Amino acid sequence: MKKTISFNLNGQRMNLDVDPSRTLLWVLRNDLGLTGTKYGCGEGLCGACTVIIDRKAVRACTLQVKEVAGKGVTTIEGLAKNGELHAIQKAFVEHDALQCGYCTPGMIMNAYSLLLTTPQPSRSQIIDSMDGNLCRCGAHRRIIAAIETAAKQMGGAPR
Amino acid sequence: MRNDDGRPQSTHEEYLAMDFSNDPGESLPGLALDRRQFLQLVGGGILVAISTQYLEAVPQREGGRGPRHPLPEDFNAFLRIGEDGRVTGYTGKIEMGQGVITSLPQMLADELDVPLESVDMVMGDTDLCPWDMGTFGSMTTRFFGPPFRAAAAEAKAVLVELAAEKLQVPKDRLRTKAGIVYEEAGEKRVTYAELAKGQKILRHVKGANPEEPSQFTLIGKPTLRRDAVEKVTGKAKFAGDIREPGLLHARLLRPPAHGAKLTHVDVSAAREIPGVQVIQEGDLVAVLYEVPDVAEQALGSIKAQYDRTESNVDDKTIFDHLLKVAPQGQTVAEGGNLAEGEKAARQVVDQTYLNSYVSHAPIETHTALAKVEGSKVTVWASTQTPFPLKEAAASLLGLPAQNVHVIPSFVGGGFGGKSNNQQALEAVRLAKLVGKPVQVMWTRAEEFFYDTFRPAAVVKIKAGVTDAGLISFWDYGVYFAGERGSQQFYNVPHHRTVAYSSGWDGGPGAHPFATGPWRAPANNTNTFARESHIDALAAKAGVDPVEFRMRNLKDERMRRVLQAAADKFGWTPAKAPSGRGYGVACGIDAGTYVAHIAEVTVDKETGHVRVKRVVCAQDMGLCINPEGAKLQMEGCITMGLGYALTEEVQFQGGEIRNRNFDSYELPRFSWVPEIETVIIDAKNSPAQGGGEPAIICMGGLLANAVFDATGARLLQLPMTPERVKAGMPRS
Repeated sequence: MKKTISFNLNGQRMNLDVDPSRTLLWVLRNDLGLTGTKYGCGEGLCGACTVIIDRKAVRACTLQVKEVAGKGVTTIEGLAKNGELHAIQKAFVEHDALQCGYCTPGMIMNAYSLLLTTPQPSRSQIIDSMDGNLCRCGAHRRIIAAIETAAKQMGGAPR
Repeated sequence: MRNDDGRPQSTHEEYLAMDFSNDPGESLPGLALDRRQFLQLVGGGILVAISTQYLEAVPQREGGRGPRHPLPEDFNAFLRIGEDGRVTGYTGKIEMGQGVITSLPQMLADELDVPLESVDMVMGDTDLCPWDMGTFGSMTTRFFGPPFRAAAAEAKAVLVELAAEKLQVPKDRLRTKAGIVYEEAGEKRVTYAELAKGQKILRHVKGANPEEPSQFTLIGKPTLRRDAVEKVTGKAKFAGDIREPGLLHARLLRPPAHGAKLTHVDVSAAREIPGVQVIQEGDLVAVLYEVPDVAEQALGSIKAQYDRTESNVDDKTIFDHLLKVAPQGQTVAEGGNLAEGEKAARQVVDQTYLNSYVSHAPIETHTALAKVEGSKVTVWASTQTPFPLKEAAASLLGLPAQNVHVIPSFVGGGFGGKSNNQQALEAVRLAKLVGKPVQVMWTRAEEFFYDTFRPAAVVKIKAGVTDAGLISFWDYGVYFAGERGSQQFYNVPHHRTVAYSSGWDGGPGAHPFATGPWRAPANNTNTFARESHIDALAAKAGVDPVEFRMRNLKDERMRRVLQAAADKFGWTPAKAPSGRGYGVACGIDAGTYVAHIAEVTVDKETGHVRVKRVVCAQDMGLCINPEGAKLQMEGCITMGLGYALTEEVQFQGGEIRNRNFDSYELPRFSWVPEIETVIIDAKNSPAQGGGEPAIICMGGLLANAVFDATGARLLQLPMTPERVKAGMPRS
């Protein structure tokens, strides 16, 4: 049942022999060793597994791996470039915008996709876009502030 | 031989001989290894261990039941100064978001005069760290902090002694700064690294003098989280991120309801899936595979039948049930004469408050990886209690405790819910059975099913107020929440507080499933009831709720905190319901005083409550890291919106109806109010708890604000739109 699925993962071309109906989250975490993408609910309700597929935030826990064939997938591991944190990551650090850190990769990836499509979001656009990502520790206000800072820092030119 | 400060002085070798000479096994108490192995493991340098004299008063398990572990008599804290000059602090505590990974190094660096960057932490590792009962009860800073600081102060004394010898300068002419001992008004200097080089010193001391607040350089300085970079890059390892060669992922067969008995099971379809291993041992039915999603599929192919005991108790009838089965009460506090107090009262308010079961719902589900090699067991677990896990795993396999090594990873939220270690023991059992490393990661449905919920509870209060607006009597009974936070701090001449069931597990026949400690156990319930009732008395007396509280408060600390909150909010007096939607509440938890003021709006058509603003003032004594403390306060306020407004476990008998976040609503970005926090400067008093206090007021605070907005006195949490609408006075 295995098939070769080809896609771009964090800037690298990937040819993966895998059962195409398997869930992207578990393929990332187990087959590819990218454990930054987290399991939280398994039904797309919490956002801990958020990854970017062709600039859009997607829940990896409800996606079959065949859906990414020919596409570009970015996970939290692919955000920092050459050891340099991405502006959103830096802003999360500077704002102490996390506690336990478990939802953090999903938060950052969701914010990343927001800034790709809406480089200068209003506060209410940030809240709308982040509302499906759950944080139990209650770092919400700081996450909003971090995204505002990152947007400013990136000056409307996201990468 | 004695030092000038009276402490016995001896050579390094004498220290080693002296401290452990009475220990026949030469093992370090509280540690699995003997001294030689330990020194080998941590490497050379200067190691300072400190005794527990500070910890003798620490409760072993606050308000709960369960095995009590004697405190080790030897030491609870230690640290090492390595040959590279880096400082490593060892603690049995774990990091689950509460931020001690930052505040504990602040203490070490401050006491030792080293840069914060040169401090590393080893947390919760049962082979390397001193025994610890667990990370809960906002106890790390309060009870572990003082000996940790004392160990650091002692380490500095050792360094100065070594420097005096090396530099040939009397100790009293030496000073320390940034990892260097230097001669005051002289040129001689030596780094800590140079002093530690080639040393194998183990100091075991009973006490030391930590710094005075006036000497602090890092304690009290707002400091960003030290684990943030790991966490924003996805590199931070949680238990589910650990990989071992040959690892199998397990999924376990679960009953449909608590109390259901497995009568028949057919695993034949699962056995046919290539590579899937099926384990069947009594009630334990599990499937294992090298990736979890295939194990999940295999589990789905298992057919099972259960014998279910029917129960009529559900989320609506639970309160009557609890009152029916309540044990005899135990008096928590008593004074004056209630009858006399009632006589003096002009107005009496007699009300019953309810709160539902609430889930911990950390975003990381219970996860563990276990490896059994011969008689040696290693467990990586998401746990608040690594040392109790070590003992439980050893007894499960019939091994001596020192054969088990528990390595906690970062914990993805605990809130009191990750103390039972069920998932870790499942992993241990399976790893033993299959002879390979096994990871157990609960699904969200399992997380809801096996959560040790905050208990549903009832509080009955009858109290009265005089013509002068003074509380004349207070008759308080709390059922099944526990007594933490039930003690009255308002000034009441005639009072009685009785707890019916003192712990959080209720005892047999009380709850249809497991209950346990939930962030500030019991105090959320007690503070909701007390602060609602105080507000009701104020309204009866026609007095502004802040003024009413002040009038009935003699406790200066509480008055100061309440005033600070009122000032920050810009409170103007009015009697409730004023229509403004302002609410106030105060409380004490883990030694910390808090006062909150909120502004809400209520949609009178739908009953929906929107929280616009929350101000919180907190007196936590010495605050080690104000940034971390504020982060905790904000977290408490945000998390507390949930139990106040939406969170409620739905169940029928032992069947939990909530299986995921679509039926159990956690606070979201769109709910979050403006939050302003004030930390009272109290650096000369001992440090108190910071992880829990600011959550206790959220129920009472919002209930009082809803009353102020609408005149509806809500007596049950959560205040769902239906309950708010139903409580609205008919005009």
